[in-house]
Amino acid sequence: MNTYHYDNQTVKSFIISSIFWGVVGIVVGLWISIQMWAPSWNVAPFFTFGRLRVVHTNSLAFGLGVGAIFGISYYILMRLTKRPLLFPRLARFHLYLFNAAIALAALSLFAGMNQSLEYAELEWPLDIGVVILWVIFAVNVFGTLVKRKEEQMYISLWYIIATVVAVAVLYIVNNLSVPAGLFKSYSMFAGVNSANVQWWYGHNAVGFVFTTPILAMFYYFLPKSTGLPIYSHRLSIVAFWSLVFAYLWTGAHHLVYTPLPDWIQTLAIVFTIFLIAPSWGSVINGFYTVAPEWEQMRTNYLTKFFILGITFYGLQTVQGPTQGLRVVSQLIHYTDWVPGHVHMGTLGWVTMTVTASMYYIIPKIYDTEIYSVKVANTHFYLVLVGQLIFSITMWITGIQQGALWKAVNPDGTLQYSFMEGLIKNYPFWQMRTAGGVIFTIGMLYFIYNIFMTIRKGSALEASTAKGV
Amino acid sequence: MAGEIYKKPVMFAIISAAVILIGTIVTMFAPMMMSHMHPKLENLQPFTALQLAGRDIYQREGCNNCHTQTVRPLRTEVMRYGEYSKAGEYAYDFPFLWGSKRTGPDLARIGGKYPDAWHYRHFEDPRGFYPKSNMPSYEWLKDRMLDAEDIQRHMDALNFPYTSENLAELSEKTEMDAIVAYMQVIGTSISSKADKQKKRVDMEEMTNPLAKDPEAIALGKELFEENCSMCHGDNGEGDIGPSLIDDMFLYAKGDLADKHYFNIIYNGADEGTVMEGRAAKGGMPPYGEELQKDEIWSIVSFIRSLQGK
Ligand code: HEC
Ligand code: HEC
Ligand code: HEM
Ligand code: HEM
Repeated sequence: MNTYHYDNQTVKSFIISSIFWGVVGIVVGLWISIQMWAPSWNVAPFFTFGRLRVVHTNSLAFGLGVGAIFGISYYILMRLTKRPLLFPRLARFHLYLFNAAIALAALSLFAGMNQSLEYAELEWPLDIGVVILWVIFAVNVFGTLVKRKEEQMYISLWYIIATVVAVAVLYIVNNLSVPAGLFKSYSMFAGVNSANVQWWYGHNAVGFVFTTPILAMFYYFLPKSTGLPIYSHRLSIVAFWSLVFAYLWTGAHHLVYTPLPDWIQTLAIVFTIFLIAPSWGSVINGFYTVAPEWEQMRTNYLTKFFILGITFYGLQTVQGPTQGLRVVSQLIHYTDWVPGHVHMGTLGWVTMTVTASMYYIIPKIYDTEIYSVKVANTHFYLVLVGQLIFSITMWITGIQQGALWKAVNPDGTLQYSFMEGLIKNYPFWQMRTAGGVIFTIGMLYFIYNIFMTIRKGSALEASTAKGV
Repeated sequence: MAGEIYKKPVMFAIISAAVILIGTIVTMFAPMMMSHMHPKLENLQPFTALQLAGRDIYQREGCNNCHTQTVRPLRTEVMRYGEYSKAGEYAYDFPFLWGSKRTGPDLARIGGKYPDAWHYRHFEDPRGFYPKSNMPSYEWLKDRMLDAEDIQRHMDALNFPYTSENLAELSEKTEMDAIVAYMQVIGTSISSKADKQKKRVDMEEMTNPLAKDPEAIALGKELFEENCSMCHGDNGEGDIGPSLIDDMFLYAKGDLADKHYFNIIYNGADEGTVMEGRAAKGGMPPYGEELQKDEIWSIVSFIRSLQGK
C-alpha cells in the first residue's frame, strides 16, 4: 500500500464537478438540437439558440473538459512523480474556484455577456478568473514536478506540461480587450487581424484542450488498464514534438476563402496536412500497444473504450486535414458537416477517453472494483451508437447543404433558394436529436455506475475505518 | 544529452514554449505587424452610436452562431449574396463577426437589401415571412429602450466619434431600432454601386412570351407567394413595398410595359435606380440569380392577372 497520502479527495471532487457540468452541457446540447428544427423551443431572452449554443460549448469544453483535465492531471501527476501534490490546500481552493467560475460563466452567457470569439466568449472579469485558475494549476504542476521522486518524466507529463504552457499563451493573447464597463469589452484586435488571432486560438483550443491533455490520459491509462507497455518510446517522442510544433501553424484553415491574406491560408493548409503524421504517431502507438493481446477488446472493457477512443481520434485527424483543403472546404465550410466532425471528436474521442479514465480512477481511489462491468458495456454501446448517428447524419446533410448552395440551373440561375436548402436539413436534425438522446442515456448509465462505485467504496472505507 | 530534458521539467517547459512560439510568431504575431493585415476601404466609416448599439445586441444574442458575415469568392456564393468580401471592409469590427456556421444566410451584404420595415417585421416574426424558418423571434427587442450612457461608454472605449445629439437621439430608440440600423450598414462600404450590383439585364425589346398563359399564371402565383407577398401583399395590394395593382409604377402615375416589370424583378432597385425617368427609393431585392427567366415572366403574367389585364 501507499506509504504517503495522495489527494484523492480533490481528484474525486474534480471528477464529480466535471460530470456535473457535463450533464448541464449535454442537456443544453439536446435543447439546442431541438431548437434547430422546432423554433418554439426558444424562450426569450435567456434561452434562445444564439445564447444557449454558447452555454453548450462552454460548459462542455471548460466544465466537462477542463474540469476533467484538472482532476485527472492531478491524479496522473501524483502517480508519475510518486509524491502528493506540493500544494494540496491550493488544489482544494482550485476546485472551489473552478466551480464558482464555471457557474458564473454559465450565468453570464445566459445573460448574453459574450465577446463573440468562439471558445473565448467569456467577458473580461471571468477571463481574469480563468487566468488565476490556470496559474494555480501551473504552480501545482510545476511545483510537484520539481519536487518529484521519480527522475524520468513519463510521456503523459510531457503532454501536461505542453498543455499548461500553450493554453496560457493562447488564452491571454486572444482575450486581450478594452473594457467598456464591467460586463462588456471590445477585442483589442479588429477585422482580418482579429480573425487571424481568433482562429490561431480557436484551433489550438482544440489542440491543447481536446487533444494534448486527452493524449496524456491515453498514454497513462492505456498501459495501466491493459498491463501492456507503450509500444514505442521513440515514436512517442517524435509524435509529441512534431505535434506541438505543427499545431500552432494551422489556425487559418478555419478561414479558407475569407479575406485573410492567401499566404497565411496556404501556409496553414500545408501544416494542416502535415498534422496527420504526429496525430497518427499516437494512434499507431495505441494500436500496437494492444496488438499483442487483441482479445482484451473482448475481455477488458477499458481496453475497448481506449482503443475506440483513439480510433475516433485517428479518423478525426484524417478528416480534419481533409477539411482544410480548399476544394473540400468550399463544399463543407459553414455547413452541418463541421458539427459532424466536432462531435466525432468530442463524443467519440474526448468523452470516451475521459469517461474511461474516470472508470479507472474511481475504483482505484477506493481500492475496489467498478460497480458493474455490464453497465459500463451498456454505456459504451449507447454512446457509440448515439455518436455515430450524430456524426453520420450531419455529414450527409452537410454535403447535401454544400451541394445545394452551389447548384445552378442550365441557364446559370441558382437552383435552390436558401429556404429550400434549409428545410432539407430538418429530418437530419431530428435524427441528430435522437442520436443525442441515445448518447445521453449512455451517459446516464455511466453516471449511475460511477455513483454506485463511490457508494460501494465509501461503505468499504467506513468499514475498514471501524476496523471490521 | 537530448534525453536529459525528460528529467528537467523547467527546461522542458521552456523548450516546449519555444517550439510553440515559432508557429505563433510566423502565422500570428508577424502578420499583425504587417500593413496588409490592417486595410481600410475609403468609404468605410466607424459605426454610429445607434449602429454600435445594434452590433452590441448582435453580439449579445449570438446571431453569429447562425449567420456568417463574409462572402467567399466563389461563383454561386457571389450570385446568392453579392460581391465577395474585401479585407478593408472590417477595419472597425472589434472583433470580426464572420461566424463559422450558416444555419441562416450570410449577412455580409444585408445592408440596403430590404427596407427597414421588412426587418422590423422579420425580427418580430420570422415565420410570418418564411413559415419554415428556424430563426428565433426577437419581438421583445421592441420593448427595450436603449441606454445612452452605456452606449457612450462603448463609443469611448472604441474611440468612435459621436456628438451629443447622436446620444440624445438614442433615448427614444429601442433595441429593435438599433439592430435594424446595424443590419442596414453591414457591407455598404464597398466603393462603387456597380461592385454591389449583381449581373444586370435590360430586356429592351422583349415582350412577355407567357402572357395570359394559365399555367404560367398558376406558377407565377406560387412564386409570388413564396417571394413577393411579404412586401407587396397577398394580392399585390402593397404593404412594405408599393401596390402592384394600382395605376402607378415607381411612385409615378401611369403603368409601364411588361419588360419594365421584368427588369425591376430581375435587377431589383436601389436608391437612385432610374427607370423611364422614374426614381426608385430602394428596397426591392434582385431576383435575377434565383429565378429563371420563364419564372420571372410567369410572375409578370400573374401580376397582370391581378390587375385584371
Ligand atoms: C437558429 C439560427 C438563427 C439565429 C440565432 C438567428 N437567425 Fe437570422 N436567420 C436564420 C434563418 C434560418 C434565416 C432565413 C429564414 C428567414 O429569413 O427567417 C434567417 C434570416 C435572417 C435575415 C434575413 C437575411 C436575408 O438575406 O433574407 C436577417 C437580417 C437575420 N436573419 C438577422 C438575424 C439577427 C440580427 C439575429 C440575432 C439577433 C439572427 N438573425 C439570429 C437563422 C437564425
Ligand atoms: C423586401 C421587400 C420586397 C420584396 C420581397 C419584393 N419587393 Fe418588389 N418592391 C419593393 C419596393 C420597396 C419597391 C419600390 C421600389 C423602390 O422604391 O426602389 C418594389 C417595387 C416593385 C415593382 C415596381 C412596381 C411599382 O408599382 O412601383 C414591381 C413590379 C415589384 N416590386 C415586383 C416584385 C416581385 C414580382 C417580387 C417577388 C419576386 C417582389 N417585388 C419582391 C419591395 C419588395
Ligand atoms: C447529447 C449530446 C450533444 C448534443 C445533442 C449536441 C448538440 C449540439 C448542437 C445542436 C450544436 C450546434 C450545431 C450547429 O450550430 O449547427 C453543437 C455544437 C457544439 N458542440 Fe455539441 N452536442 C452534444 C454533446 C457535446 C459534447 C459532449 C461536446 C464536448 C465535449 C460538444 C461540443 C460542441 C462544440 C465544440 C460545438 C461547436 C461546434 C462548431 O462551432 O462548429 N457537444 N452541439
Ligand atoms: C489533425 C487534427 C485536426 C485537424 C487538421 C482538424 C481540422 C479542422 C478544420 C479544417 C476545421 C474547420 C472546418 C470548417 O469550418 O470548414 C475543424 C473544425 C473543428 N474541429 Fe477539427 N481537426 C483536427 C482534429 C480535431 C480534434 C481531435 C477535435 C476534437 C474534438 C477537433 C474539433 C474541432 C472543432 C470543435 C471544430 C469546430 C470549430 C468551429 O468552427 O467552431 N478537431 N477542424
